[in-house]
Amino acid sequence: MGVHTMRAGVLTGGLLLPAWSMADWAVNMPPGVTGTSQDIFSLHMTILWICVAIGIVVFGVMFWSILAHRKSEGHEPAHFHENTTVEILWTIVPFVILVAMAIPATATLIDMYDTEESDLDIRVTGYQWKWRYDYINDDFGYFSNLTTPLDQIYNRADKGEHYLLEVDNPLVIPAGKKVRLLLTANDVIHSWWVPEFGVKKDAIPGFINETWTRVDEPGIYRGQCTELCGRNHGFMPVVVKVVPQEEYDAWVVEQVAAAEAERQLTQKDWTLDELMVRGEQVYNTACAACHQPDGTGVPPAFPALKGSAIVTEDMPAHLDRVINGVAGTAMQAFGPQLSEVDLAAVITYERNAWGNNTGEMVTPMQVFEFKSQQ
Amino acid sequence: MATDQTYYVPAQSKWPIIATVGLGTTLYGVASIMVNGSQGEDTGSAWTVFFIGALIMAYMLFGWFGNVIRESRAGLYSPQMDRSFRWGMSWFIFSEVMFFAAFFGALFYARVFAVPWLGGEGDRASSNMLWEGFQATWPLINTPDPEAFPPAKEVIGPWGLPLVNTILLVTSSFTVTVAHHGLKQNNRTKVKIWLAATILLALGFLALQAEEYVHAYTELDLTLQSGIYGSTFFMLTGFHGAHVLLGTLMLSIMLVRIFKGHFSADKHFGFEAASWYWHFVDVVWLGLFVFVYIL
Amino acid sequence: MSAVIDTHAQDHHHGPAKGITRWLYTTNHKDIGTMYLVFSFAMFLLGGTMAMVIRAELFQPGLQIVEPEFFNQMTTMHGLIMVFGAVMPAFVGLANWMLPMMIGAPDMALPRMNNWSFWLLPCAFLILVSTLFMAGGAPNFGWTFYAPLSTTYGPPSTTFFIFAVHIMGISSIMGAINVIATILNLRAPGMTMMKMPLFVWTWLITAFLLIAVMPVLAGVVTMMLMDINFGTSFFNAAGGGDPVLFQHVFWFFGHPEVYIMILPAFGAVSHIIPAFARKPLFGYASMVYAVGAIALLSFVVWAHHMFTVGVPLAGELFFMYATMLIAVPTGVKVFNWVATMFRGSMTFEAPMLFAVAFVILFTIGGFSGLMLAIAPADFQYHDTYFVVAHFHYVLVPGAIFGIFASAYFWLPKWTGHMYDESLAKTHFWLSFVGMNLAFFPMHFLGLAGMPRRIPDYALQFADFNMVSSIGAFMFGATQLLFLFIVIKCVRGGEKAPAKPWEGAEGLEWTLPSPAPYHTFSTPPEVK
Ligand code: HEA
Ligand code: HEA
Ligand code: HEC
Ligand code: CUA
Ligand SMILES: [Cu+2]
Repeated sequence: MGVHTMRAGVLTGGLLLPAWSMADWAVNMPPGVTGTSQDIFSLHMTILWICVAIGIVVFGVMFWSILAHRKSEGHEPAHFHENTTVEILWTIVPFVILVAMAIPATATLIDMYDTEESDLDIRVTGYQWKWRYDYINDDFGYFSNLTTPLDQIYNRADKGEHYLLEVDNPLVIPAGKKVRLLLTANDVIHSWWVPEFGVKKDAIPGFINETWTRVDEPGIYRGQCTELCGRNHGFMPVVVKVVPQEEYDAWVVEQVAAAEAERQLTQKDWTLDELMVRGEQVYNTACAACHQPDGTGVPPAFPALKGSAIVTEDMPAHLDRVINGVAGTAMQAFGPQLSEVDLAAVITYERNAWGNNTGEMVTPMQVFEFKSQQ
Repeated sequence: MATDQTYYVPAQSKWPIIATVGLGTTLYGVASIMVNGSQGEDTGSAWTVFFIGALIMAYMLFGWFGNVIRESRAGLYSPQMDRSFRWGMSWFIFSEVMFFAAFFGALFYARVFAVPWLGGEGDRASSNMLWEGFQATWPLINTPDPEAFPPAKEVIGPWGLPLVNTILLVTSSFTVTVAHHGLKQNNRTKVKIWLAATILLALGFLALQAEEYVHAYTELDLTLQSGIYGSTFFMLTGFHGAHVLLGTLMLSIMLVRIFKGHFSADKHFGFEAASWYWHFVDVVWLGLFVFVYIL
Repeated sequence: MSAVIDTHAQDHHHGPAKGITRWLYTTNHKDIGTMYLVFSFAMFLLGGTMAMVIRAELFQPGLQIVEPEFFNQMTTMHGLIMVFGAVMPAFVGLANWMLPMMIGAPDMALPRMNNWSFWLLPCAFLILVSTLFMAGGAPNFGWTFYAPLSTTYGPPSTTFFIFAVHIMGISSIMGAINVIATILNLRAPGMTMMKMPLFVWTWLITAFLLIAVMPVLAGVVTMMLMDINFGTSFFNAAGGGDPVLFQHVFWFFGHPEVYIMILPAFGAVSHIIPAFARKPLFGYASMVYAVGAIALLSFVVWAHHMFTVGVPLAGELFFMYATMLIAVPTGVKVFNWVATMFRGSMTFEAPMLFAVAFVILFTIGGFSGLMLAIAPADFQYHDTYFVVAHFHYVLVPGAIFGIFASAYFWLPKWTGHMYDESLAKTHFWLSFVGMNLAFFPMHFLGLAGMPRRIPDYALQFADFNMVSSIGAFMFGATQLLFLFIVIKCVRGGEKAPAKPWEGAEGLEWTLPSPAPYHTFSTPPEVK
């Protein structure tokens, strides 16, 4: 019974869909590209049509009464006010309908909860306001930041095609493989959602939630953080690139090598200018969201770095703030998030940008030593 | 003010608005103390606001209750009015039960779900990946992050002070009942003796509870900061203690009123309300004793 | 039902006191009811203005008017003010006015406490609104204030917000205690429980819900207070707590809370539909049982707001089934209303228009609720505009239309004048169109994937957002018309008879219009 209604729902829905899903005026849920999302879609359509049907019956009776049984039509009121039979009937019938809905829903839910036997595990960590993806089997990981320029957001430039849904480093997964996602967060609760996968799960600080997906069709899929997580909650997209297995394997090799190269960079002799260039990049992706691109912050929530005593004078405190964060505030510990090079670069940048011209430089080795002293 | 009514509807009263100003000022003061304090600012003026509010509250309490007592003694309250008071007090106590239920709920949730998950058991066992080395135990004498939440050395066992306190409170529930019987028999001396005994038992309880807190803080390092065990422990016992204090105050006022010759054998709702409240405080303690200390 | 009123007793009473003390010191249920209603409408305008800010920012993609942090404050304050400032006080105001008249009581059971309940509200909202002007801004974590965004990461004003919630809680609890004591103790002789008007029944059950869950809300904000200021770790995994614990406790309060915002409207509509269908309410007893069932079920469904937080499978299934069950008693109510209209003799004055719209649109909101209740599907709906559409459909044409219907229904009784019927009909039709234009497209937005609580959105959501904003402005502006109609009605107009509605039933219609300052000093006899 459950399966049949489901089919019927999908069919009717499918017939009407093409007309609906015209570009911007999309009115329905996308059926998506995974088994889960398609199961959900058919559940959605089933319930929708059941509700529409009940609505037609109930409102039908009501409108007919409204039209026919009005005083202006000279209709005399009846006097009945009870009927045990119909009352029992309209208690039991909805109940039966609900049971019919619950059966396929239960099956889908059980399937969604089955995270066993995955081919690949990825840890997804929510930060204010970016995602980090750690490929725990292969020992590398990276951040994924919004790349939409502020000029577009503040209407100073034309908005691009993927406005607000574009990132620097998307999550990359192989097609056709069961990928298990281990979700957690570093600060507040976030929620990782890709509508086309039918996957949405909260990332909760201190706990790990598991979910999974298997995408057969290669492509780029976009979603967003769906749990209010502070100022830039609306600017925290999720982008997933699904690639064929071979491409994926090649990509992994590349990433592992890049991670190694990054470690090498610590040894290199850096000049102030090189650090400033790199630092500006790091600052704009990692820090500008709070401290603003021009270093003025949003006091009192986010202090200005321009002219701040810590940033212009107290070097050890500066290292400490950036590497260890400030417990209990939005200022996270960037030590574990950024490489020594990036830390050195961003600190150097902050000490010399926006008129903070201290002329001082922090090298990756200094950062390394500071870290190892702790 | 018509006394021919079957139901006494008081004419205007200034107390509610005074109570509003009092409560608002007090709480605004408390909030300011906390906020300024945590930002390292001066809290002097916040304390002033708080004290002004508290004074208004005290004035209001004496005034309002005084008013009610006078009306009651003037015979304005019909039996129906008395029933309104009874419903009012019963539902108020029910609301208090639900207030404690929130904290008991937190305790159960932490014990049954959160702590085991963090320790690597149950449905969200993988959470333990984030807290390597953390083992779930109850009482929680280690926390996932011992640096942020330094755990207690030890927790308080049930069979010392808490047992004594249980005996004190249960006894006091009996003594207050005996006092009530005395009142119904119009035996004033009996009321005075047993009510006074109840209050003494209550004070004994409070003293021991204070002693226990000092012990916890100074010797066991069991504090509000020592993780979820300390949090739930102090939250439950602390709010309970505050309620015991309030109950003791109510009983003391009843004792004063008894000495002043208030109440009669068949009309003494104020006394009954206080004793209901007292039984409620007692029952909550039994819950605490079982779920916080023993289990 | 008939009533005998001892008119002689009225003579002893003086009317209202003069000047401001009438309102400050009053113990009169009608004065207090009026104050609640006026306060509620003021808060509706304030919360609505915030909604206008939200809709204006969302009119187009990009950031135009406000910065994200202020947007979040608007969303939060809009939700809090509408829920705690507009809807709940409006219902308490209606209860104050109508309960004593409906059950034949001289006043509310505990009149001084009644006054205190009211005055605490402006006090609480003064504190709440003042947070907008504090350093760091007002609460910005949504009306559901999930930890740790509201604890570790909350603005300094959070502590003030917490105490404001405490004060609101005290106010609601005392208000509810008063309602229960009045209903249980002050009914006129002969009015057995199963003869009570439905508005009385629904309020009795609402009051029970309030007393059961407001203390839980107080408990959860107290835990927040401790986490913020005293280093406890209720909602912090590092100390063995859990952010999700916050959500469990919050929603244990929060779900019954949404029924608190609808049950009194159910009651009022159950008076209005029979009155204008000129036919007794169908299925009185089953209406009562249905409300009881809804209230009981509401305690065991809270985690349907948390389907995506990682509740274990068994819990997920339990909460899904329990939530779906609520459709059964709610359905009984809808069917009963329809059956009451069926073969009646209907006219469509403003109260009836609002009541009929209530039945239709609330049912639509109920249907989307049922869709949300299907746990796997909720993984797609959750925290999108589909949810926003759902709850505005149950709250705006549900709670708010219920209140408008009640207001028009009882205004003649309160003021002694008929309101301007054609203006009221205009108010209805503009509201009806504006409201649907504003909130129906939100279903589409949600299904297409637009998350809620965002100040800016991807381009594919632009068109429907613009439609929605236009509808919202229309609906908002229309509410000024309501203000005008009420003021006009208070100041004068056609004199209202004791029973202005041909089919209305109940003790309140046996009193003259406007109802005398003191009513039923001697209880009427109910046969
Ligand atoms: C007045 C307020 C009100 C009311 C009455 C309801 C009623 C219902 N709500 Fe709603 N709800 C809210 C206010 C309300 N809700 C709010 C404010 C939120 C969001 C909170 C936030 O996150 O900010 C919310 C969110 C919310 C969610 C969480 C969504 C999410 O965040 O992902 C869910 C999920 O189950 C839900 C379900 C329901 C259900 C099943 C009902 C049922 O009671 C509906 C029952 C009615 C009917 C079903 C229609 C009539 C019945 C028939 C005609 C009979 C036959 C029908 C069938 C058999 C189908 N609601
Ligand atoms: C009873 C409760 C209630 C009511 C009545 C309303 C009424 C309205 N609500 Fe809302 N709403 C909530 C409860 C309610 N809401 C809740 C609980 C949330 C969730 C908050 C959260 O996420 O934390 C929410 C969230 C919410 C959002 C989502 C915000 C987000 O996710 O970022 C939106 C967006 O459009 C919205 C819009 C509106 C509109 C346009 C109205 C309109 O109906 C309002 C109409 C009224 C007026 C406009 C006032 C009267 C007119 C004037 C004062 C004159 C000025 C008029 C003009 C300038 C035109 N509400
Ligand atoms: C999520 C918001 C956020 C991000 C992102 C962020 N910070 Fe901060 N930062 C803060 C907050 C909040 C404080 C204030 C902490 C306190 O209360 O002392 C702060 C303080 C600081 C301070 C101390 C300033 C002073 O004068 O007290 C420095 C230095 C700093 N941040 C550097 C950085 C760097 C470098 C980055 C990026 C690598 C960064 N921040 C990213 C929120 C952020
Ligand atoms: Cu991260 Cu919202
Ligand atoms: Cu709910």
